[in-house]
Amino acid sequence: MADTSVTHAHETHDDVNEAELWEGGAEPMGATYGKLMMWYFLVSDAFTFAGFLIAYGALRFSMPTWPEADFVFASFPFVKGHLPLVFVTVMTFILIFSSVTMVRAVQEGHRENSRGVVFWMFLTILGGASFLGCQAYEWTTLIAGENMTVSQNPFGRHIADGIYLNADGTEAKNADGTPKTFKKDESYLLHKHDGKFDVPKIRYTAGAYAGQTTEAAFGPKAFGALFFFITGFHGFHVFSGVLFLTIIMLNAAGGLYAARRNGYEMIEKIGLYWHFVDLVWVFVFLVFYLL
Amino acid sequence: MAGHQTYEEQKALVFKGLMLLGAITIVEVFIALLAKGHLIHGVEFKHGFGHYLYMALMVGFSIYKAYFIVFYFMHMAYELRGLVLSVLLPVTLLIWAIIAFFQEGSAWGARRELIKEKNEEVVQPAPAGKPTGYLLPGASYYKG
Repeated sequence: MADTSVTHAHETHDDVNEAELWEGGAEPMGATYGKLMMWYFLVSDAFTFAGFLIAYGALRFSMPTWPEADFVFASFPFVKGHLPLVFVTVMTFILIFSSVTMVRAVQEGHRENSRGVVFWMFLTILGGASFLGCQAYEWTTLIAGENMTVSQNPFGRHIADGIYLNADGTEAKNADGTPKTFKKDESYLLHKHDGKFDVPKIRYTAGAYAGQTTEAAFGPKAFGALFFFITGFHGFHVFSGVLFLTIIMLNAAGGLYAARRNGYEMIEKIGLYWHFVDLVWVFVFLVFYLL
Repeated sequence: MAGHQTYEEQKALVFKGLMLLGAITIVEVFIALLAKGHLIHGVEFKHGFGHYLYMALMVGFSIYKAYFIVFYFMHMAYELRGLVLSVLLPVTLLIWAIIAFFQEGSAWGARRELIKEKNEEVVQPAPAGKPTGYLLPGASYYKG
């Protein structure tokens, strides 16, 4: 094999410049250096995200309780009430749309259509920016409204059936006079009043702790830390993606890539990155909101 | 690149991708709300077989979405075999990472009480005049 290729190189010395081969003239992977390196960067990034998400799974399995996604993620802008998973579905759709417009931008690039590239990239940037806006809303609701931080998680779940108690130790009643009970696995959110958490007293009526009186506990704080680190890391990818998309769109509008005559390869590379961000969201969505 | 399809075919693929990813997402959220008991009163899949089926469905849908994005939006389907394998093979390492770390997490969860007990255990100091250190009762040691 080596012999024949050497002979071949000598025979065709006039056609193929040896220096050009060493400069990457022949592409064993059928992709340019830049595109190949983008793929390998994305492989390494996939491992980073996988590390985070696997840590989420391992910590979740190690805890006796874990907050319920449909209880925690249930707010929607300008709407009062409990709307589980609706807002995050909107966010997912925004990201899918921006991925689709990105594919169109790459296709227009192959046709050397500068106006098409700029138009579709602009829509992609709008999608990315809207996604960031949604994430800002989600974080604001959780941090300012529900007091969840990286080290504190007021979203808990009862470990057994029981009943709420008044401050004086008597059993609490609902407005209609029935006892205020709770079931195993029921979710609750501890609220803050005047800067202090209002932690209700409870008594378990079933399970290993039956008869014991205690205070409703905070949820596992790993939940808050993992949520902010993982969605924050993903949001940072979206943010840098929007910056790079903007720079590349301006370059495309200025005719830089048209002059290179390589089918707007830069659009293809940033497109790979942008689809990867959507790909990661598929798994963040799965792990945080669906399972 | 992309000489494998006409422009019209490419545009059709984009539309198909949008419909497919959108439809799968809606189905996922619908099943999630159903399984968690938000859609039909009294119907939920939170325990046992129904819960495992639910989780398997969610993981399956997500992997299909990931496959579609990588192979058609990122053009993996049209790349050379060498490139495809050099990207996808390393990712299979994650299968073991998932098994190992989830196993570790469950073991930790199952032994929480024991770990707490051990952390609170008070070690008795050795009697005065004897060599310092803690000897396990009943264990035989070389006393040269």
